[in-house]
Amino acid sequence: MAPANTPLGNKANPVPEKLPVSLTINGVERQLRVAPWTTLLDALRDHLGLTGTKKGCDHGQCGACTVLLDGRRINSCLTLAVMQDGARVTTIEGLATDGVLHPLQQAFIDHDAFQCGYCTPGQICSAVGLIAEGKAKSADEIRELMSGNICRCGAYPNIVGAIQQAMGQS
Amino acid sequence: MIAFQYTRAHDVADAVRQIAADPAAKFIAGGTNLLDLMKDDVERPTRLIDISRLPLKSVEETAAGGLRIGALVPNADLAYHPLVAQRYPILASAILAGASPQLRNMASTGGNLLQRTRCYYFYDTATPCNKRDPGSGCSAISGLNRMHAILGTSEACIATHPSDMCVALAALDATVHVAGPAGARAVAVSDFHRLPENTPQHDTNLQRNEIITSVELPARGFAANYTYLKIRDRLSYAFALVSVAAALELDGSTITEARLALGGVAHKPWRDAAAEAALRGQAVAQSTFARAADVLLREAKGFAHNAFKIDLARRAIVRALTQAAAGTPQSQSDKKVS
Repeated sequence: MAPANTPLGNKANPVPEKLPVSLTINGVERQLRVAPWTTLLDALRDHLGLTGTKKGCDHGQCGACTVLLDGRRINSCLTLAVMQDGARVTTIEGLATDGVLHPLQQAFIDHDAFQCGYCTPGQICSAVGLIAEGKAKSADEIRELMSGNICRCGAYPNIVGAIQQAMGQS
Repeated sequence: MIAFQYTRAHDVADAVRQIAADPAAKFIAGGTNLLDLMKDDVERPTRLIDISRLPLKSVEETAAGGLRIGALVPNADLAYHPLVAQRYPILASAILAGASPQLRNMASTGGNLLQRTRCYYFYDTATPCNKRDPGSGCSAISGLNRMHAILGTSEACIATHPSDMCVALAALDATVHVAGPAGARAVAVSDFHRLPENTPQHDTNLQRNEIITSVELPARGFAANYTYLKIRDRLSYAFALVSVAAALELDGSTITEARLALGGVAHKPWRDAAAEAALRGQAVAQSTFARAADVLLREAKGFAHNAFKIDLARRAIVRALTQAAAGTPQSQSDKKVS
């Protein structure tokens, strides 16, 4: 539609105030106040300083912003922080325990499954979701169910190898 | 993205009340399409009404032997639901052919029905587009139109509907249940989406103050003889150039019932009663399938860059019917086309 809507910011329709949001991020409850249009991705990066989650396309096309929301992988750029009030979020920063890398993090290193590394946090969070879903068995199925994560460097064969290694361990 | 107010709906009636009270408001559920469009200023609501917490998330069997799918069931949950996988595998297959796992985890059933076109000009606010800005003109007709429609186009719009799920719903004769200020009503999915004609700004017949509450599947699921064949520019995570949902019931080698729905070719999932009639009562044979394809495509019209879709659709229809008749549906992970 043509932009018929009157923008907010005048006397009759003031710009909305920030809204309180409670999120459990990597096991720690965090309270924040964000504008309604703050995406979960921007809340993580700009409000909580968790810059491990990357902004690639910001349109759900590349998968760099993938996090786990209540255990399910999602594009954090395509949801609003206010919509997720009360949710559990796991980011790349929350995968290692007591200084020991998550098996997928270790597998990505073992298989040299990246070059520049920008897509890697999203790839790894997506692969954690993939393994939890339990639908992928073959290499074809891994490729299909990882297709929401683009690697501009083209490290795909090694990414599939890393995921296969981690699946063998889990 | 422009500034907006955010409110939550407490129940369906509250959602309807809230949307009726503010003409510049929109519902948000999964948000995967709406937020994308808002970031590009294609959609500019000044209020979002969050319906994602409404209790519309169950899949239930109906007395008629079908299924009632809550409007907020995520696409992934629907595709992997045991009753859907077992009784309506064409729907599961179509959903898994679309988007990515991350998007399917968020996107809702109702939202999928309301997906907007991926026409580049619709997304580009610097260009005329009758769907985005009625009366401004269609940039695609004389512009880049490789992804555009070949059936049911108008001089105002040649956009396609992007959904895979809806193509299977069309083949299955699903019904969309909606609620509004005047109460509830049911709309056949084939009447839910519209052709562009002179009002391409209206994708569907859902009224502005209405909310989708569920999608109902009839008992017939075509679980033995079906396929969802999607042809696209890359093997995964791309919109269809042409997709075909084919579902048959057979008595020996005679076709007793046929459903054929196409995606990527029109402003709505495309069904053609004459093409299906050309299959019913006929023997399973390539010549039968080719004739049905010719009937379905009899009025197909290509533009500068998409005329290839007519041949592609013809071949995809024959291939899909062959797969359905043989009981060898297209795999959505091994992309080799049998």
